[in-house]
Amino acid sequence: MTDKSKVIICRCNDVTQKDIEDLIDQGITDIELIKRITHIGMGPCQGRTCVPLVAAIIARKTGKSYDEIGIPATRIPVRPVPLAVLVGDEDEE
Amino acid sequence: MKMKSKVDVAIIGGGIIGLYTAYELAKRGVENIAVYEKWYIGSGSTFRCGSGIRQQFGDETNIRMMKRSVEKWVAFPEEMEFPKFKFAQTGYLFLLYDEKEVKTFTRNVQLQNSFGIPSRIITPEEAKEIVPGLDISEVIAASFNHTDGKANPFLAVYGLARKLRRMGVEINEYTKVDDIVVKDSQVEGVKTSKGFVKADMVLNAANAWAKILNEKLGINIPIEPYKHQGIVTEPFKLGEIKPMVVSFKYGGAYLTQKANGGLIGGIALKYGPTWDLTPTYEFLREVSKNFTRIIPALKYVSIIRQWGGYYAETPDHNAAIGKIREIEGYYIAAGFSGHGFMLAPAVAEGMADLMTKGHTSLPFDFYDPYRFERGELREQAVQMG
Repeated sequence: MTDKSKVIICRCNDVTQKDIEDLIDQGITDIELIKRITHIGMGPCQGRTCVPLVAAIIARKTGKSYDEIGIPATRIPVRPVPLAVLVGDEDEE
Repeated sequence: MKMKSKVDVAIIGGGIIGLYTAYELAKRGVENIAVYEKWYIGSGSTFRCGSGIRQQFGDETNIRMMKRSVEKWVAFPEEMEFPKFKFAQTGYLFLLYDEKEVKTFTRNVQLQNSFGIPSRIITPEEAKEIVPGLDISEVIAASFNHTDGKANPFLAVYGLARKLRRMGVEINEYTKVDDIVVKDSQVEGVKTSKGFVKADMVLNAANAWAKILNEKLGINIPIEPYKHQGIVTEPFKLGEIKPMVVSFKYGGAYLTQKANGGLIGGIALKYGPTWDLTPTYEFLREVSKNFTRIIPALKYVSIIRQWGGYYAETPDHNAAIGKIREIEGYYIAAGFSGHGFMLAPAVAEGMADLMTKGHTSLPFDFYDPYRFERGELREQAVQMG
């Protein structure tokens, strides 16, 4: 058996498969709440890696369909932007 | 599990105010309590808030309410049996740039001190010792209180909900309340998207949405949704920006470092009244301009998320809290104007007393929902973001 506490689901915020499964075992199966408690999907990658993996874990453990699970909001900026870039843009005006 | 069709208290809104009040009611022995949240718990304004908790207000009532809230936030992990939650008492640091600001904040500090809040006016050099990255070239003084701080709203809501479920409180998510049903000037119940629920008492804790339900009953309490925004950056070395730093000169900005090392903050730029929450590029640019004037090294840090949320604003930026006189059994705690998260523990305590005993020792008169129609506006609460 794989040690689930060593399987990283979210590389940005260091969340493991065990962290996710423990929440689901407590009855927290809403991806929106799992996101807020663990910060999956909220790091620099904007959930590109972790969100599909978390959705798959929820689907497998609860039998929910992907439609029911849904996808949390993606926020701008799509890629991280340094404040200097945004300030520079202001200066050019 | 099937939703109860009859409860003692129906709470509309599963944000920090609704959930915390449910807890205080359950603690006082009220048995049948149900919370109705139209989306998921925290989704309205609590999960979108800037995480700050401060006692540095400019009026007696908010100072007293926040003093009580801070005591309760400190006790939260033990009271909710949730050690993961931490109220980080890292302080609030208001940067002051001219004599007028210093005069106002000196007066505020004196008032705060008279209620036992240990705030003080410090020098720019002392401010820089607290936050080494500050540009103090224009700062002439600062107001600092080390017992203010910040907490994670996600964990607060999660911890409360966990405790409430253990206490037998029913939390109904994805359950919208469409109408408050009234018969002979007495609350009869709530009409939800999952059916009618009979209730002896109803609390409107819907904040930005409170007015929609009130208007259907012919009650006019002015609460309007304004779009405010926030940003989070990638993490950097912890301890660089411990307190919440506030600068009215630079955009009404507030910023602090979260537990994971990322920066969270916003500025006073607002839009509305509007229901639109789309993040704006104007905000992103303004936030960057102002933050880098306060802490220049932030220009090397990247923003990773930007979002919008409502300040449910009243004309004087103070909430409407109390009993609705026209309808027996109907109460409101809404319109927090950006201060709902920090005020929640004291509001909940007072509201639970009001609903079970008919009175509270907390200064609720100040938040009287009828002050607007009497034209008695309060001095605007110190507000940023």
